[in-house]
Amino acid sequence: MVSIRKLQALSTIENGLIRLGIAGLFLFETIRTIVLPPYSLKPLIKQIAFIGARSMLVIIVAGLFVGMVIALQFYDTLLRFGSISLLGSAVGLSLIRELGPVITALMVIGRSGSAMCAEIGIMRVDNQIDALECMAIDPYRYLFAPRILASVICVPLLTAIFILVGIFGGYFVGVILFGVSPGSYFQGMSDTILNRDILMSFSKSIVFGLLIAWIACDKGFNLHLDKRGAYGSEGVSRITTEAVVISSMAILFSDYLLSALIL
Amino acid sequence: MNDPDKNNIIEIEGLNSWYGDRQILSNISLNVVRKEIMVIMGHSGSGKSTLLRHMIGLDKSKSGSIKLLDKEITNLNRKELHELRKRIGVAFQNGALFSSMSLQDNVELPLREHTKLDQNTIRIMSRLKLELMNLSDSESLMPAELSGGMLKRAGLARAVIMDPEVLFFDEPSAGLDPVTSAELDNLILQLRDALNMTIVVVTHDLDSAFKIADRITVLDDGHQIITGNKDMIRNFPDPRIVNMLERKAMDDMIDADDYLNKLTRD
Repeated sequence: MVSIRKLQALSTIENGLIRLGIAGLFLFETIRTIVLPPYSLKPLIKQIAFIGARSMLVIIVAGLFVGMVIALQFYDTLLRFGSISLLGSAVGLSLIRELGPVITALMVIGRSGSAMCAEIGIMRVDNQIDALECMAIDPYRYLFAPRILASVICVPLLTAIFILVGIFGGYFVGVILFGVSPGSYFQGMSDTILNRDILMSFSKSIVFGLLIAWIACDKGFNLHLDKRGAYGSEGVSRITTEAVVISSMAILFSDYLLSALIL
Repeated sequence: MNDPDKNNIIEIEGLNSWYGDRQILSNISLNVVRKEIMVIMGHSGSGKSTLLRHMIGLDKSKSGSIKLLDKEITNLNRKELHELRKRIGVAFQNGALFSSMSLQDNVELPLREHTKLDQNTIRIMSRLKLELMNLSDSESLMPAELSGGMLKRAGLARAVIMDPEVLFFDEPSAGLDPVTSAELDNLILQLRDALNMTIVVVTHDLDSAFKIADRITVLDDGHQIITGNKDMIRNFPDPRIVNMLERKAMDDMIDADDYLNKLTRD
């Protein structure tokens, strides 16, 4: 019995590695079509509108409340140490280095990643991807290149908006509600935040943007490789759930990895 | 043109296909000649759709050879396959239209992607094909607003928009009422006569098959029973074909042990 279990475990690992390889080839093929001509702008703009523009409101609201709550928490904590003047830098640093990129990415997964995965999964189930192939239209160039590129462009921009709104959310709580001096709020920020912090935020959000669209598109496109049988609507719902879980995990994991590398 | 080989649009030799451990196609060999309507028949699960997917390179097999328009499709790389596919059209069972685009945009997509024609020419060409399919009043509708028959005709319009040399049609009559299905049969005949297409149709519909086919291939459980013209099929003594023509279920002799095994297996 033990040997059978071992074998099963080995085959699970083997299948996992094969699947990872397929996802890697998928990304390689998509990046190749992004880099090589012909380029088409229209699908890219459509995806930027979907992933970026239409996520703005969600990101602004989330940024506002996250900024407000961390200002509240830091105010209470810093008060105990008698260092209220550090409020600005504490809010700014935590938003720029961690909360901005991570929460933006998680919001984009929930809003756009899941939709992307379900859309492409349904296209696979409905033979629309086969139809594209039969019309000699490269699905990598037509479907995935614009999505992945748009995500890499939009997530950093959304992150920037999130951070900006968050800083003003913190300003509202710290300065307007609790009476911290506005000068010390902003001066503290500009004294402590380094270029390296911004760079870290930027590189994180680029990686997150790539991960979100890659995982969502690959999961949808390779729906038929799933050996657990359910193709059709159950298959779509399962891969969408998986895409959301895996990309959230990938973001938290790569967040630690990138922080450790850059710090 | 006198060379008989030159007239072969599709040549399949010894094709085998597996899905996991299950063999779907065994040793299929057939050819389709220019301007012919070849109908592939068989009951559900006989492997006819799989055979179609192999012919257009969507499924690949390591065993056997498939020549489409003189190209060995099993060894083509992506780019060569794309070039070859610009010369064929495929109409899928459910139309496989893109749900985010209107009917007209769907039909125009191949022209936009593969030609440098201006917008007006593209529009005229798509209207011509939509008119042919009796869809000219519905061009601005979205796929979700179309009926099953309209979806199939729209899929057909998109498949022939580039005037392909070969048209593949998966299950034209599945899920349609007899009248709509007869209309589609007429359309298929028109396409062959008016546009000189070679057409491969996969169907399980007897009436439709005998109406449109020049030759018919019958598959059963992945085996090719016969390929021949309508008279050959009608007079073929194999009981599977006789049953199919008479619409009788196969009454296999039930072996008691076998049956018990089936019921009690894990």
